[in-house]
Amino acid sequence: MENLENLKQQILNSINQSADIKALEEIRVSAMGKKGAVTELMKGLGALPQDEKIEMGKKLNVLKQEIESALSAQKDALETAELNQKLASESVDVTLPIRPENQGRIHPVSKIYEEVVAIFGQMGFDVAEGPDIEDQFHNFNALNMPANHPARQMQDTFYLPHSATEPFDMDKSYVIRTHTSGMQIRTMEAQKPPIRIIAPGRTYRSDYDATHTPMFHQVEGLVIDKTTTLAHLKGCLYDFVKAFFELDEIPVRYRPSYFPFTEPSAEMDIGCLKTKTELKIGAGNDWLEILGCGMVHPNVLKAGGIDPDEYQGFAFGVGLDRLAMLKYGIPDLRTFFESDVRWLKNYGFAPLDFSSMTGGLSNNGGQTR
Amino acid sequence: MKFTLSWLKDHLETTADLNTIVETLTKIGLEVEEVFNPAENLKGFITARAENVTMHPDSDHLHLLSVNTGAEKLQVVCGAPNVKEGLVGIFAPVGTVIPCYNEVLKVGKIRGVESFGMMCSEKELGIGQDHTGIIELAPDTPIGVNAAEVLKIDPVIEVSITPNRAECLGVRGIARDLAAAGLGTLKPLNIKQTQGTFQSPVSVTVQCADACPVYVGRYIKGVNNKAQTPKWMADRLTAIGLRSISPLVDVTNYINYDLARPLHVFDADKLNGNITVRYCTEGEKFVSLDEKEYALDSKSLGICDDSGIQCLGGIMGGLEKGCSAETTNVFLECALFEPVCIARTGRKFGIESDSRYRYERWVDPKSNILGSNYATQLILEICGGEASEIMVCGSEDVPPRVAYLRPERLKTFVGIDVPAEKIMQILQNLGFGVSLENGKIKAVSPSWRGDIECEQDLIEEVVRMIGLDEIPAISLPHDKFPKQTLTPMQANVVTVKHELASRGLLETVTWSFTDSKLADVFHKSNQPEKILLANPIAADLDEMRPSLLPNLLIGAKNNIARGYPNVSLFEVGPEFFGRAPKEQLTVAAGLRVGLTSAKEWSKSSRAFDVFDAKADALAVLAAAKGPFESAQVTTDAPTYYHPGRSGALRLGKNVLAYFGELHPSVCKKFGLKGRAVAFEVYLDNIPLPRNTHDKAKKKLVLSAFQPVEKDLAFVVDKTVSGAALLAAAKNADRNFISDVRLFDIFEGGNLPADKKSVALTVTFQPQEQTFTDKDIENLMNKVEVEVTKKLGGQLRKGA
Repeated sequence: MENLENLKQQILNSINQSADIKALEEIRVSAMGKKGAVTELMKGLGALPQDEKIEMGKKLNVLKQEIESALSAQKDALETAELNQKLASESVDVTLPIRPENQGRIHPVSKIYEEVVAIFGQMGFDVAEGPDIEDQFHNFNALNMPANHPARQMQDTFYLPHSATEPFDMDKSYVIRTHTSGMQIRTMEAQKPPIRIIAPGRTYRSDYDATHTPMFHQVEGLVIDKTTTLAHLKGCLYDFVKAFFELDEIPVRYRPSYFPFTEPSAEMDIGCLKTKTELKIGAGNDWLEILGCGMVHPNVLKAGGIDPDEYQGFAFGVGLDRLAMLKYGIPDLRTFFESDVRWLKNYGFAPLDFSSMTGGLSNNGGQTR
Repeated sequence: MKFTLSWLKDHLETTADLNTIVETLTKIGLEVEEVFNPAENLKGFITARAENVTMHPDSDHLHLLSVNTGAEKLQVVCGAPNVKEGLVGIFAPVGTVIPCYNEVLKVGKIRGVESFGMMCSEKELGIGQDHTGIIELAPDTPIGVNAAEVLKIDPVIEVSITPNRAECLGVRGIARDLAAAGLGTLKPLNIKQTQGTFQSPVSVTVQCADACPVYVGRYIKGVNNKAQTPKWMADRLTAIGLRSISPLVDVTNYINYDLARPLHVFDADKLNGNITVRYCTEGEKFVSLDEKEYALDSKSLGICDDSGIQCLGGIMGGLEKGCSAETTNVFLECALFEPVCIARTGRKFGIESDSRYRYERWVDPKSNILGSNYATQLILEICGGEASEIMVCGSEDVPPRVAYLRPERLKTFVGIDVPAEKIMQILQNLGFGVSLENGKIKAVSPSWRGDIECEQDLIEEVVRMIGLDEIPAISLPHDKFPKQTLTPMQANVVTVKHELASRGLLETVTWSFTDSKLADVFHKSNQPEKILLANPIAADLDEMRPSLLPNLLIGAKNNIARGYPNVSLFEVGPEFFGRAPKEQLTVAAGLRVGLTSAKEWSKSSRAFDVFDAKADALAVLAAAKGPFESAQVTTDAPTYYHPGRSGALRLGKNVLAYFGELHPSVCKKFGLKGRAVAFEVYLDNIPLPRNTHDKAKKKLVLSAFQPVEKDLAFVVDKTVSGAALLAAAKNADRNFISDVRLFDIFEGGNLPADKKSVALTVTFQPQEQTFTDKDIENLMNKVEVEVTKKLGGQLRKGA
C-alpha cells in the first residue's frame, strides 16, 4: 500500500513538474502506457486473491483517475502557457499609424448645390440646366436687354465669334453666359406655366479680384403662375435664407434695385455682425447683400411666349460660391478654382456628406480624415 | 455718384440729419455705398487762440506762440506764414491723429524748441485743399470748442445709381427723390436767363436730327479763364474726386453732377468756320482731349467745323479746339443726343466719360436751354464776358410718355392694398402728371424720367416709396410631399461626385476656359476647331476647353510645385465640341499623379497605374447606373493617352469613357516629371435605365451545393487579350461556370518569345446535385476546347 501511495506521489510530482507537452506525454506513457507503471499494476491484479483483487482494483481505479485528471490539468496549463508565450512574441506596436487611406472631398460649390436643391426641392421646384455658351437672344435680348442697353455693359461679357473663319461681329457672336437668367427664357420656351424651377450653373464675367473671378456659379429661380405676388417672393426667399443658414430667425431687408428682367426689382440683405476677424450671420447691426430678385418683367414673359396679362411671377439669382463663402467662412473667391490640395482638403466635404431636409443640410457625413 | 451734404441741401430743404438721409436713400433704391464724414476724424481738435507770437530764435520763418485753449496755454512752434497775434484757429493737442498724415501727434522739438501741439490747415484736417496757411476763424469764435462744431464740414455721400435712374446722376435728382420720400421739400431752381446782346458769329447746322434732336449753342466773348474757380465749387468738385482745372471746365463738370446735364465748351477762336452736327465718314480721324487718336465710322456723331471733327458728340471733346488758360471767346454747346447712338459709339471705340455715361442712360430732353442758361450764368459770374443770343436747333417739345396703373392690379401683383389716392399722391410727388381715366391711373412721366414704360414700372415707384418692408412675406404654397427634385441624370452627377470622393479623389472646379497653347493636343476627332474667345481675360484662358484634363494637369503641376507630389483630382463639368449653345458634354474626369501615398512603414505605397484609372472609370459608370460589367474595353483611346496603356469603354460605337496613362509627351508639355493616369467619363453617353418604376431587385437563386474551383493554365499568343480569355472560358458552359478569374500571367522562361502563359481559376457551380469526377472532367474539357478553338491556346499540362 505504501508503495502505491509512493507511486502516486511520484507520478503526480513529475506531472506537476513537467515543463512542456512532450515531457507530459512521456510521463503519461510511463504511467498509463502499455508498459506503464500503473498499467503493469493493473495487469498484476489477476494474480491477486479475490478479496485483495477487489480492494486493489478500487484503489488502482482511483489512482488512474487522479493521474488522468492531473495530466489533463497540467496539459491545459502548459497549453495556456505556450499560447501566452506565442502571443507575447506576436505583439506589435499598435501606436503605429494605420495604413494610408485617401479620403477624397466634395468641393464646396457641389455641396452648396446640394443644399440649395434640397431646400427649393422641398418647396416644389425642379432643377433646370442650360448651356454655358449662349446666344445673345437668350442671354440679353429676351431678358429685356436690347443691343445698346446700358446694363449690358455692367457685365463684362465674354464674346465667342459665331464663326472661326468670318470676321468677328459682336452682334452676331455668341456669349459665354453672364448669368443663369437665360434659363428663364429656355424654361418658358419648353414648358407652360405653372413654372417653378431653379437653374444652377457656371457663369462668366471678365473680372478678377478677391470677390470676382472670370467664372463663378449662380442659381437662378423662377416662379410663374397666376397668383404669385411680391409678398410670395419675400416669403420664399426668407424661407430659403433661414433654411440655408440653419437659423430659426434671421434679419432681412430688401432694397429697391434695378435689373432689366424684373420690375419691381430688389436686392436682399441679411443681418450680420462684421468684425475684423469674423463674420457672424444672423446677428448684429450690419447688412450683407446676398441676392437680387424681382417680379418678372412683362417683356421677359412675352419673350418666353407667356401672356403677361394672365401670368405673373418672380425671379431671383444668387451666387453659389458667395453662399459657400458666407456659410463656411471661406475668405477668397479666387481660391475656389485653384485646385490646391491643401484648400480642397480643408474646405471640402466628406464623401458621405449628402444634404437633405431630413438628414441635415450640412456636416452630416462624419468627420473628414 | 458722389455728392456732399451741403450740395444736397442746395436743392433740398430738410431738417433730417445725415443718418436719416443715408437710411432713406438706401430704402428708396439709391444704395449708399460709403459715407465719408471728416467730422469723425476731428475728435480732440479744438479752437484756440495764438498769443505772444514771436520769431523762433533759430529760424527766419518759424514762429513761437503760446496757444490759448481756454483751459491752458501751450508753447507751439508754427511754420505757417499767416500766423499772427490773436488768430483763432484749430489746434491739435498732443495725442490727436492728424487726418492728413494719419499719425499720432507727439511732443516735437524743432530747432531746439519744444512744441506741444500744432495749429492746422484745412488740408491737414481733411476738410479742404488749402495748405497755404493755417485756418483762420472769425476773431470772436469762442476758444476751447470742438472743431467739428465751428468748421463748415461737408460729409461726402457715395450712392450707387442703377442704370434706370439717370436723373439721379445729378444731385438735384437725388434731392427730388428724397423730397418725394418725405424728407423735406425740393427748392426751386433759380437760373438766370441771360439775354444775349449780339448774334453768335458761329452758326450751327444739324444734319442728323435723328441722333441730335436738340442743339443749343451760345457764343460768349471776353471771358477770363485765368480767373479763380470759386472755393465752394472747387471744394465740391474735389470732394467728389474731380480735379479743379479751370473755371470753364469746372463749370461744365459741376453742372454735369448738379443737374445730370452734360455740356461742352469750345475755344471759339480755334474753330474754323461754323459748327455742323453730322455723322462721321468711315475712317475719319479724331484726336480726343486725352490725346488718343480714333478712326471713326459712319454711325459716329461728330460735332465738326470746317477742318473736321472737333468733338465726338456726347462722348468726348477734341484736343485741338479745347479751352486753355488763354481762351477768351468760347462757344457753349448744350445738346441732346440719342442714347443708342452714344452707347454704340462709346462701346465700339471703348471711350468712357461722364458725358457718355449720362447720355446713354437718359438726359432730360427739356434741360438743354436750361443747362445753357445755367452755364452762361456761372461763366459770366466767374470769368466775366458777354453772351450772345441763344441759338436753338430742333425742339424740346417731346411727346408725353404715358403709362397706366390699375390700383387693383397693384394688389394682385404686390400683395398689398394701396388706395388710389395714395398711389396718385406718390406719383405726383415724383413729378408725374396724374389723372384718373376709367378707374385707371394715367401717369405722364416727367421729362427727367426715361424709364417708365409700363404698369410694372409705376408699381415699382409706388412700392419704392411705400417701402419694401411694408410688404408682408408669405411662404410659397407647395405640396406636402414634393416629387423627386433631380432628374435621373442630375442625380447621377451627384452620385458620381460622391463615389469619386469616396475613392480618394479630391473634387476641384476649374475654369471652363483653358490655355489653347497647351490644350491643342486634347482635340479629339469631333473637335476639329479651337473655340477661341474674342476677348479672353488672359492669354492663357483663351479657349473653351476641349477636355477637362488640361486644367487638371495644370492643377497637379501647381500642387507638385508647392511640395505635394501625390495628387488625385477630379472634376465634373463641361467640355466643348462646338461654338453654338448646347455643343457641350458633361464629363467626369480625374487625374492621379505620383504614389498612392507617401512612403510609410507598411510599404503599401505604389505608383498609380492604368488600372487605377480604369477602376475609377468603371466606378463612375456603376455610380451612373451604367453598364460597368458589359461595356467593351477597346484600345483606341485618343492620342493624348499612352498608346499601349490606355483604353476606351464602349457600348458599340458609343464611347462611355477613356482611361489610361497619359502620353509622356503630354506630361512633359505640362511640366510633369513623372507619369500620370487619367480618366474621362461622358455622363451624357451613359444610357439611363429604361424602367425606373420597377424597384424590385433581381431574384436571388442560391444553389444548395458547394462550388468547385479548378485552375487551368493556357499558353497563348501574346496578342490574346485577357478579356477574350475570360470570355472564352466563361462561355464554355453557361449553366455551370459561375465565375472565372485570371490569377497569373507569365512570359519568358521556356516559352517562345511570342507566347505567354495565362492561368485561370474557373468556378463550377452544381445546380441539381453534386458533381461527379466525370462531370468536372467534362466541364474542364469544355473550357479547354473553347479556349483553344477561339484563341488558339494550348492547355499547359501539369499546371
